[in-house]
Amino acid sequence: MYGLLAWTWIRAAAQQPVSLVLLTLATAIVGALDMAAILVMFARAPRIAGFEAPEVLFLYGTSALSFAVADSLFGTTERLGRHIREGTLDTMLVRPVSPLIQIATEDFSPRRVGRVVTPTGVLLLVVPRLDVDWTPGRVAMVPAMVLTGVAIFAGLWVLTASVQFVLIDGHGATKSVTYGGAFLTQYPLSMFGREFVRGVTFVVPLAFVNWQPALYVLDRADPIGLPWGLRFAAPVVAAALCALAAVAWRAGLRHYRSTGS
Amino acid sequence: MIEVEGVAKSFTVRRRAGRLRRVRTTVRAVDDVSFTVAAGEFVGYLGPNGAGKSTTIKMLTGILTPSAGSVSVCGLDPSRRRTTLARRLGVVFGQRTTLWWDLPLRDSLTLIRHLYRVDAAAHRTRLAELSELLELGPFIDTPVRQLSLGQRMRGDLVAALLHDPELLVLDEPTIGLDVVSKATVREFLARLNTERGTTILLTTHDLGDIERLCDRVMIIDHGRLAYDGDLTRLRAAVDADRVLVVELDRPCPPIVLPGVTVDRVEGPRQWLRFPRDANAAQVIAALTGRYEVRDVAIREADIEEVVARLYRGGQVRA
Repeated sequence: MYGLLAWTWIRAAAQQPVSLVLLTLATAIVGALDMAAILVMFARAPRIAGFEAPEVLFLYGTSALSFAVADSLFGTTERLGRHIREGTLDTMLVRPVSPLIQIATEDFSPRRVGRVVTPTGVLLLVVPRLDVDWTPGRVAMVPAMVLTGVAIFAGLWVLTASVQFVLIDGHGATKSVTYGGAFLTQYPLSMFGREFVRGVTFVVPLAFVNWQPALYVLDRADPIGLPWGLRFAAPVVAAALCALAAVAWRAGLRHYRSTGS
Repeated sequence: MIEVEGVAKSFTVRRRAGRLRRVRTTVRAVDDVSFTVAAGEFVGYLGPNGAGKSTTIKMLTGILTPSAGSVSVCGLDPSRRRTTLARRLGVVFGQRTTLWWDLPLRDSLTLIRHLYRVDAAAHRTRLAELSELLELGPFIDTPVRQLSLGQRMRGDLVAALLHDPELLVLDEPTIGLDVVSKATVREFLARLNTERGTTILLTTHDLGDIERLCDRVMIIDHGRLAYDGDLTRLRAAVDADRVLVVELDRPCPPIVLPGVTVDRVEGPRQWLRFPRDANAAQVIAALTGRYEVRDVAIREADIEEVVARLYRGGQVRA
């Protein structure tokens, strides 16, 4: 159902080809600038928090790819508050498809998919340059960490959107967690404070998007000495977060349906 | 088709009382409402603003969960089986569109086809049929945001009917429409009801909608059902009296005429009440024979007044 609706939106967007091409181009340019910023930083400081340039770009690429995919799939859920205020959520509720899918596919455009291109390019460039002993486990970990990253970000999108059932103007909070998280995970977490890293590990589990699995791929000791086993905990964390998001969404919808708009 | 038994819905409203204190009060939007609608009926649901019309509609469509009582629509409990019910139900909200603002009407309808999983061939025939009846042709490729209110409403009607629902629920479908659009929509709804046998429940402020369309009327006020019966009895209540507003050239003592009572006197203006079956022309003729009349106007009772009268007369449930 998701694919079908997304495809209809894409076809609708394709009817205005000029704006579509321009927007896709703009997205690509912004992505390229992002990459340039990271490269400039390395020209001045070849190591960040003890990590070499390819390693940081690896962190950037995995996080950005996970985020771009999750954002494409669920980014529009942050509009929930607006739909509640304008009463359009009611019109979604009288249709035989989950309002979550209806909101998520809304305005689906190839431009969203365009955001995947830059991080994929970065990863293709940087992975062969990593000074890593590629055991089968490490090879498998790279796609696995991207997928769990997608699940974690998607869970965060839906979870924070659910808050808007109660706080209708909460889209600022939604964005600070999701976009903030995307920014954070593009760098080695060890450049931030120790307590902060604990926070994003155990409270908002952003560390599992790429940091913990990357420590395994890059064969690094955890700079703040968290247990080694956490490197493989990402799928568990992702599953738990998605389950929590599903519960929160349902609870939010129930709250809405029993209180009205 | 619809069975509603002792349904109530209350909302908690937080009101400011002092700097930080909030007082919670419970508002009963709908209170102990019961009715049934049989298949094929065309029912008008009337009531002043805030009477509980929309709340009832939301409970019937599964958007809101009732606080008490039971609701059954097409044999399903709407709040538990919302998505199953949605396939058999068409809903139009007059105040907001179910279409997508930025998409051409045709694309909006395609999206709706996917939402309801209507197969392409059935969709094509149904769309052709509906767009001919409602004359969508000239604007079907226009983005919804550029449509006029009347065009948009016709688009919304098509959107609600593409999956051929058994029951169509309309929340103020004629609000804000001009005379021509209103007539098109009314004629279409009448045909839908008689030819296709679709059950229709319609809320409105417009007595004209009711007169032209509905065999049966329900009136809700302050969350309670004040009237449920056929149109003739409602008309008897509505048309019990008419009021003639007369403006004389100077202030006079209350006018004395047979069959006429004076409701109010305000300077040169007087409000005269006379029964429905009295001939208004004769009353006016008698009036102008004896007084210098500058202006006259006849007022029909409006819905609020009818509801008030129904309550006073204790005429609950016909």
